[in-house]
Amino acid sequence: MSGTLNLLIGLAMGLNLIALGSGRLPSLIRAMSLQGVVLGLLPLVMEHGIDWRIGLVAIATIVGKGVIIPYLLRRAMRAASIESEIEPIIGYVPSLLLGAGSAIAAVALAKTLPLLPEHNGSLLVPGSIASILTGFILLIGRVKAISQVCGYLILENGIYLFGLLLIHSMPLLVEAGLLLDLTVGVFVIGIIVDRIQRAFDSLDTRKLTALRE
Amino acid sequence: MIWIIALVLRLALWLLLAPLFPGLINKVKAWVAGRRGPSVLQLYYDLARLWRKKVVLSTLVSPGFVIGPAVAWVALAAAALLLPLGPAGAAISFRGDVILFIYLLALARFCTAWAAMETGSAFEGMGAAREVSYAVLAEAAVMTAVLSLSIPSGSVSLVTMLTPPAWAGAVLLAAGLFTVLLAENCRVPFDDPNTHLELTMVHEVMVLDHSGPLLGVILHGASIKLLLFAVLLTEAVLPMAKLPPLAGAVVLTGGVLTVTLGIALVESMLARFAFKRVPLLLTTAFILCLFALLLAWKGGAS
Repeated sequence: MSGTLNLLIGLAMGLNLIALGSGRLPSLIRAMSLQGVVLGLLPLVMEHGIDWRIGLVAIATIVGKGVIIPYLLRRAMRAASIESEIEPIIGYVPSLLLGAGSAIAAVALAKTLPLLPEHNGSLLVPGSIASILTGFILLIGRVKAISQVCGYLILENGIYLFGLLLIHSMPLLVEAGLLLDLTVGVFVIGIIVDRIQRAFDSLDTRKLTALRE
Repeated sequence: MIWIIALVLRLALWLLLAPLFPGLINKVKAWVAGRRGPSVLQLYYDLARLWRKKVVLSTLVSPGFVIGPAVAWVALAAAALLLPLGPAGAAISFRGDVILFIYLLALARFCTAWAAMETGSAFEGMGAAREVSYAVLAEAAVMTAVLSLSIPSGSVSLVTMLTPPAWAGAVLLAAGLFTVLLAENCRVPFDDPNTHLELTMVHEVMVLDHSGPLLGVILHGASIKLLLFAVLLTEAVLPMAKLPPLAGAVVLTGGVLTVTLGIALVESMLARFAFKRVPLLLTTAFILCLFALLLAWKGGAS
């Protein structure tokens, strides 16, 4: 069981790197949504008996992160007719190396944390820290609003992974609420992206800092 | 005495078998493209033809032009002797031979690049510069792969390192080492062995001015290197330690043939990457090997 869990989290960490190395928006969105699906499967693997609530959250996560959010993002992309090249501030090779470095740092850091004995061998904590750091790198290193949204979503995936540590005690309602917030957030961002595109003729967020009449 | 005979036989096996594999790759590529393709033995004919020809030397060249390919060939053959062949073990094995192995490969590359620079042509200098700049990244990946193999076995000798247990990192290592194999042997996503378009050539540029036996030695050396990496990849990934000798030999042969088939399929399906994308791919290979190392390190600690 722990083997499957670690394999899935390892896959999610690999998808982090794919997200960092991908040079086009559709592949970035695909990596992000695939990571959401992988993380959605995790609660099913972690629990022995499948509770209906856990099943519900898993399905909601998979549908939300794997289908709805990517759909909204792609629609926003089409609506604002954004060309799909990502213009990185931090280049692909440095961001890949940073991502790999943060993954290693996360594993090393998790070793020193005082975790419960049952979480000691698992990759949950390293995976979550690595995803959060990857999200940060994407947020800092990409200029287009959509790729920043993807960074934000990967960051959220990391927080979700951390939340899975508490799956026994945390009410699943919180998870569900988080998911709903996220969907609404992406929906709103989709609208904002459209507005930015109309107002500035570009989605380059650097232009937002310049004052205009 | 027996030891010397075994050494000579093994060397003969490597030298005779190596030119078969580029032929196999070309045959598979031809099949995929729906052609009949040249004979599998084509490289042997080429080598025999080149051996009978005369060498043309430019007035500019120093002895390095001749010494370079020769030293490179000897270094590759010596590296082949260090590499264990499944159940047969290695011809020469000592503690730390893996470092000698890596440096022999580096020496071979240095000598090819040196011989290319000796022609005094800016064009070949460009090829040499490209070759070594790929090598910087590929070598880091190889070093990391070697480390990830040496940690679980706790040894720095190729014979014990290349009998890994079955572990999850093998998948990462396989992907990383396969990418390195493609880069080191100038196969398709990095370089096109068939190209004669000047601006895109890497390896072919370096050997443009070599002719006759010298070119033959370079081509033969390249085929040894290809087989070397295929064997290394197979042995680094497949857990063959527990198999009986005959089964081990069969698995090794099967693995090497699978790698060859893989190279041919990659060449048939992919186009060459733009130069800008190459560092990204090599960094990915490095990171794959790095994660295998991480897995080995973490698995050993817990």
